[in-house]
Amino acid sequence: MNNVFVYIEIEEQQIADVSLELLTKGRELANTLGVKLEAVVAGNNVKGLAPELAKYGADTVWVADDEIFAPFRTLPHTAVMVGLIKQEQPQIVLFGATPVGRDFAPRVSSALHSGLTADCTELVIGEHKDPKSGKEYDSLLYQIRPAFGGNIIATIVNPECRPQMATVREGVMRKEEVATPAAGELREIGWKPMVKDTDLAVRIVERHIEERKINIKGASIIVAGGYGVGSKEGFKLVHELADVLGGEVGASRAAVDAGFTEHERQIGQTGVTVRPKLYIACGISGQIQHTAGMDGSAMIVSINTDPAAPINKIADYAITGSVEEVIPKMIKYYKQNSK
Amino acid sequence: MAKQVPDTRNVGKDAMTPEGTVNRAALAAIFNPEDLNALEMALQMKDRIGNARVEVLTMGPQRAADVIREAMFRGADGGYLLSGREFAGSDTLATSYALSCALRKINPDIIVAGRQAIDGDTAQVGPQVAEKLDLPQVTYAEELVDINDSEITIKRRLERGSEVVVAPLPAVITVNASAKECRPRNAKRVMKFKYALATSEMATADDKAKGFIEERPYLHIVEFAAADVNPDPEQLGLSGSPTKVKKIENVVFQAKEAKTLTSEDADIEALMVELIAGHTLG
Repeated sequence: MNNVFVYIEIEEQQIADVSLELLTKGRELANTLGVKLEAVVAGNNVKGLAPELAKYGADTVWVADDEIFAPFRTLPHTAVMVGLIKQEQPQIVLFGATPVGRDFAPRVSSALHSGLTADCTELVIGEHKDPKSGKEYDSLLYQIRPAFGGNIIATIVNPECRPQMATVREGVMRKEEVATPAAGELREIGWKPMVKDTDLAVRIVERHIEERKINIKGASIIVAGGYGVGSKEGFKLVHELADVLGGEVGASRAAVDAGFTEHERQIGQTGVTVRPKLYIACGISGQIQHTAGMDGSAMIVSINTDPAAPINKIADYAITGSVEEVIPKMIKYYKQNSK
Repeated sequence: MAKQVPDTRNVGKDAMTPEGTVNRAALAAIFNPEDLNALEMALQMKDRIGNARVEVLTMGPQRAADVIREAMFRGADGGYLLSGREFAGSDTLATSYALSCALRKINPDIIVAGRQAIDGDTAQVGPQVAEKLDLPQVTYAEELVDINDSEITIKRRLERGSEVVVAPLPAVITVNASAKECRPRNAKRVMKFKYALATSEMATADDKAKGFIEERPYLHIVEFAAADVNPDPEQLGLSGSPTKVKKIENVVFQAKEAKTLTSEDADIEALMVELIAGHTLG
């Protein structure tokens, strides 16, 4: 009882990376609290996934296995999650901040009347004293996230309501197998009384899954453009540099919102998190919501006309100059000096 | 449902005070972008059904009535402003509770909202409202495929790909930024609705304006105070919010020693040589 739960997301019989990342974080939280880590899977033919989940630290694997659970639909998954949480009373429940997690985790929180913090960038256990009542709590989940357009970092707690729930984006936490696999004990969820007929009322009539075309997460070199690149045309230069260096193109939210490039390239709190060997930030001012997604890069080079741009505070090399001027020179001198 | 939000996307230099706190006054209040996509989809539903009304519900201070007027300029038929001190300090759960109380009173056939608001990016309020009203939901909606009296067919975005779903009505639909952009203001509608006022705005308006609106009921934006929507007061505002903000830190970048370079050829060449030598570049 009062364990740590992680909802496991399945895409085409594969466990989503974010779910394994959450198991790694969940394992750490469970160890701190001295409780068990339990994985929850709802899908079709998913019992075989238990050993894989055990490798990432799941002591228990709860399974609701039936064709009604795949592909994902909001209401059956909500019903199972709410039912199981009521039955098992976990103290913490974690979801991926994917379109699936962001679709149904709020519903779970609404049904249980408990708080849910979206897009956390860090989760730690800590103590808390309520400023009003003076009541003290030993070990609450600190849900840490940038807020207000990234200008502040907020630490959120749920002192009174259980479970404490949070979503985390893919790539924010590291995934790591545990030294010795956990037990991964398979337990079936008694889901039939939990799911009502009306929960099956929404029908999926068509479904297309696209191959992931852009892989900025796996790239070791990223050339990222911001609003300062100025235009779609300007982004061609960014692409050129990425091609020459053998890297991928990333972007800040401002550049994506301005329509300079595709949403799939967005790096930061509301995009993907990357940790490349080299990150070249072109015309990116460096708001925290962007840097939260790239400050783990091994080396950061910034190109900005404003020497006081915040990005320069985390950069290893800050070039003061325009993107149009600097990128062609980088390409030229790279070609001249590389073998 | 629509929300007035500070324009966090265009944070200028004066957005932070010298003390390093957020200067809210320097941020313009705008119509939340995805709520405009939602308005467009609602208007498309009306275009297809014919005999329907599109009304906008917003929760916020008096000035949030601007959102309703803007929606009227673009095609909405009316609106509701849910306003009161009781709602202050609401987290997403308390917000969705308050909105669901108002929606019970309004009793719409379809509820459309933006996927998320740019000041919080949580995407929680739509699904939480759906749960409170015990309605099915379709999130990440991208295209209205079909609608009739009993069902709606929507194309929605997935992490990788898309799907088409059929949901029974009533339902809650949350609309993605990738959906069709909202139609612009219509000059005739601007002329027609520019004097629309919410109840509390009418209180301070002059007699001429009041008389003008009394003769034209469509210019009256209905205003609900907390008591008008029969809530359980314990579930409103701070007391109805399970999440508490423990700590707020202003973002202070930790300076590390950045080597400052100019855009001169010599500097750029030296950098590329160094990156190659250090095997950062292959």
